[in-house]
Amino acid sequence: MTPGLLILAQADASSVDRFLQMLVNGLAVGTVYALLAMGFVIIFKATQVLNFAHGALVAIGAFLVAIVAVDLDIPGRWMPGAAEWLTWSLAAVVGVVLGGMLGLLLERLFIRPMVGEPLFQVAILTVGLDIVLRTVVDDIAGLDGRPLADPWGISTATFGNVIIPHTQLVQFGVTAFTVAALAVFFRSRTGVAMRATAFDQEAARAQGIKVGRIFGLSWFLVALLAGIAGIFVSIFPRAAGVSSATAFVAFRAFPAIILGGLDSVVGAVVGGLIIGIAESSASVYLVEFDNILGTGFSAIIGYVIMMIVLLVRPYGLFGTEEIRRV
Amino acid sequence: MLSVENLEVVYNDVVLVLRGISIEVPDGKIVALLGANGAGKTTTLRAITGLLDIHEGDVTKGEIHFNGVDITEEDPSKRVIRGISQVMEGRRVLAELTVDDNLKAGAYINRSASKVKASYGRVMTMFPRLADRKTATAGYLSGGEQQMLVIGRALMQDPKLLILDEPSLGLAPLLVQEVRDVIVDINSQGVSVLLIEQNANMALTIADHGYIMENGKMVMDGDPARLLKDEDVKEFYLGLHATGEQKSFRDVKHYKRRKRWLS
Repeated sequence: MTPGLLILAQADASSVDRFLQMLVNGLAVGTVYALLAMGFVIIFKATQVLNFAHGALVAIGAFLVAIVAVDLDIPGRWMPGAAEWLTWSLAAVVGVVLGGMLGLLLERLFIRPMVGEPLFQVAILTVGLDIVLRTVVDDIAGLDGRPLADPWGISTATFGNVIIPHTQLVQFGVTAFTVAALAVFFRSRTGVAMRATAFDQEAARAQGIKVGRIFGLSWFLVALLAGIAGIFVSIFPRAAGVSSATAFVAFRAFPAIILGGLDSVVGAVVGGLIIGIAESSASVYLVEFDNILGTGFSAIIGYVIMMIVLLVRPYGLFGTEEIRRV
Repeated sequence: MLSVENLEVVYNDVVLVLRGISIEVPDGKIVALLGANGAGKTTTLRAITGLLDIHEGDVTKGEIHFNGVDITEEDPSKRVIRGISQVMEGRRVLAELTVDDNLKAGAYINRSASKVKASYGRVMTMFPRLADRKTATAGYLSGGEQQMLVIGRALMQDPKLLILDEPSLGLAPLLVQEVRDVIVDINSQGVSVLLIEQNANMALTIADHGYIMENGKMVMDGDPARLLKDEDVKEFYLGLHATGEQKSFRDVKHYKRRKRWLS
């Protein structure tokens, strides 16, 4: 993801346009980071473990969408004449939900038996899961990358002098919807039970909440988020498709998680947007300092911000102070 | 209603904590379970509510019956659905959640929205102070308010049997009285109560029957009025002399009487 790309296309843009374009590009990256970061945070809140397999879930989600939308053409094959955006969106939903079910399965098979084991061992287990899952995806998908064949391609919309690809508009809409849906969910009966479990498992059990089921649900939810993020990682900026590199993008959201606070969903969203805009602005405004900073400084600006914030607020912007375990 | 027979609980496969205790909680009564630290009171609660497993505990002998059904090995959430609710020791509010969300979490097993609403209304009339602080973060409530909140949370489950583990812990004497009144109030609405306490005075004044535990065994049980008069109870739980006057700490040092538990 190189947010600077579109800027170069319009060298004569005014500084205001330059800023707006930078902001849009930043949001485009930031929303993906926000989606990725929320996935990490939900698992961390539920199980106190950093889920190293999240990247693999991202790749698998996108891969499943590629299979459903391109290879199987579900549900497009039963809907001749339907608009392409509709069939593709439905296919994407099917693919993402399949990814979610895989998350559910992984939790049941590998994570549930580890309940009560030292957290470090669970964390290492997710590292193992990550390796296995990525290998399997690479084996089936091949190393060249698969297109997701989204219907928007490289078409763009223009607002004034600001150019926004249609894929980004979709991305903004979907992210906003996802965040809103999560906000509603966390106020529901099950959502409150999930928050109760995250805070105090024993007290939650005392209320009759089935903690195991809540863990499964967390993994389902997180795999859904991973799949959604995976789609946008794969179709932006140049419809690169899903490949073995997709899994590693997830870890670029790391500064966003730390910045927002490991246990705050709100922090994940805010942190994601901050890091996204920071990267984008660095790639626009720090270009002149390339001879000092070196090229590609935007790729590490997130970590710089993360370190500065950690110096002031060691538990992140929205994190709880008393987190002890990672 | 609840009957525990010859219950034996072992932690970590080696530590024998309960050595065959039996408790009977009759329908609509308040039963007090007293004992010093480490007597096994909380373990008894965990065995009844099914939360032993996360503490590596196991019921190795004995049975727990609730309304005639054997629930010794039943899933904790099923027991809550059956009508056994608990107020855990040390309050355990969900500190990061609001008062309303705490109550919502308590109502998890209750799927019918109208029932939840009815319970919610009942809790709010019972604890007007919670009604004033609905949207407050539970962790910022005072100790007394938190105790009311967790009792309210348990009441959201419409329990038939309410088990309270040291509800007077860390509360000012005035608040202890308030908690006692609340328990009597709940009981008058037809809920049986098993009250686990160290504060013998508070528990025995409202109980219909009292049990005294020590080292995982029942050492005494009977009518609360009789227990209150018992020399050993007076000495070790109420801190009174045989004559009834408050004992000075200077005497405690010199004078060590052996407990005999003649019952």
